[in-house]
Amino acid sequence: METAYLIETVIKIVVILLIFSALAGIGTYFERKVLAFMQRRLGPVNVGPFGLLQVAADGIKLFTKEDIVPTNVVARIFKIAPVITAATAFMAAAAIPFLPSFTLFGYEVHPIVADINIGILYILGIMGVGLYGPLLGGMASANKFSLLSAARGAAVFISYEVVTGLSILAPIMMVGSLSLIDFNEYQAGGFTSWILWSQPVAFLLFWIAAFAETGRTPFHLIANDHEIIDGFGTEYSGMRWGLFFIGEYANMFFISFVISIIFLGGYGDGSFLGAIGLLLKVAFFFFFFLWTRAAWPDVRPDQLMWLCWKVLMPIAVINIVITGIVMM
Amino acid sequence: MHNEHIEEHFNNRNVTELDSNYYMVDIADYPTDGWGKFKRVVKRSFRGELFVGLWVVLREMIKFDVHTVQYPAEKMPIGPRYRAVHEMKRLWESDAERCIGCGLCEKICISNCIRIDTKIDENSRKEVSEYSINLGRCIFCGYCAEVCPELAITHGGEYENASDQREHFIMFEDMLTPLDKMKAGTQLEFEGFGAITPHEDERVKKTPLAY
Repeated sequence: METAYLIETVIKIVVILLIFSALAGIGTYFERKVLAFMQRRLGPVNVGPFGLLQVAADGIKLFTKEDIVPTNVVARIFKIAPVITAATAFMAAAAIPFLPSFTLFGYEVHPIVADINIGILYILGIMGVGLYGPLLGGMASANKFSLLSAARGAAVFISYEVVTGLSILAPIMMVGSLSLIDFNEYQAGGFTSWILWSQPVAFLLFWIAAFAETGRTPFHLIANDHEIIDGFGTEYSGMRWGLFFIGEYANMFFISFVISIIFLGGYGDGSFLGAIGLLLKVAFFFFFFLWTRAAWPDVRPDQLMWLCWKVLMPIAVINIVITGIVMM
Repeated sequence: MHNEHIEEHFNNRNVTELDSNYYMVDIADYPTDGWGKFKRVVKRSFRGELFVGLWVVLREMIKFDVHTVQYPAEKMPIGPRYRAVHEMKRLWESDAERCIGCGLCEKICISNCIRIDTKIDENSRKEVSEYSINLGRCIFCGYCAEVCPELAITHGGEYENASDQREHFIMFEDMLTPLDKMKAGTQLEFEGFGAITPHEDERVKKTPLAY
């Protein structure tokens, strides 16, 4: 029994790693295509049908590029930083139920690596640790732009951890559990029982904070190309830079899963349709990340801090208080 | 003799009080007190401008009105006055080369990239023996085409002259209109700098030599 559990877990981990590494690559393809279409361009078209093999070409390029460690960097920290970003992104995925449990060859599979009873806390914590990727990478790079990006990264991540945590507190109070599976069961009644309807403010706050947590466009100032080159990624090349990239895109997918499960009913009653529904919701949230990148400008760092501490955090606190009063 | 004065009309682009389409953009003063700032934030948050932006890009995506020119496969049309790699024209009447070897193009070339050499041929006519343009030095100013008295050297539309070295020569024979093109009657006259303007026949009363 113990051995079977071990093998099952290892297989799940490998499958999730492979699927989401590939999805990160395909995510870049979709990002290019969607951005291109929204800007009346074609995007990649030359490599493979519809440019689909562009992902493979980029992968080959990243894997075979020279691994450059610049002269004045703190080499050990410089080398470990991208690994932190990618690793924390995938570690956070351990507590996410990607699909409802299904039966494969007479064996019941739960597509979650570890159904721990502190799932959300664990996910938020690990995503918070992800801060160390940009922070250490930027500080070790011996580059003033990277350093700026590290400072911004630290400020943004820590600030928006507050919003994420506080906004999600109200749904947690309602469900009374930190496990994402319990969240899903709570909303199993269908469309009308989604937490979105009872906690719209929390949903919006969490969604806004998700942009900061993943460093996507309205809050893209951690690696803002036009101000600080590529921020913490300036000195990186080849696969080390690729790990940052995979981490960013995997994070986008995982946070999309988390939003869908917490607020939009997850996989519902666990039927096949529910599973498809979950994937559609995730696809929408991922698409929205790309959509905003095409549509919206970036905000300034001071505006971002202002938004966090003077607007979003008070609203989150008020939301918690009101939820508490209503629940009493 | 009647010397017609041709007037050119330019748009009046002066920004003046009268007769002007310019107006000051209406920008409200920035709020200074807390309540004003709060009101501005609320107004901006709920005016829905973010959704206008989202709709605009989504609309363009749905319309799928792609403007990409897939360059090596497709090319933008270029104007007849475009100044790219030179061409040597032939006479319509005899298919002979128009170049008389006067060497004015070599003289006027400000980047010294034209080299011309002539000889007397068996009919005691001057003939071009060597003619080369260093395209790596040429700045495509168009002086050679302007100065040419025979409208022989002109600019063409061939702009794909990337090379792996700076010196990139083009020879007389390469620039000369091919005979089969001449036979087909598809030699294009250059409309750019130094060429005959469209209504030259009405405007020129006598040859300039008569003055």
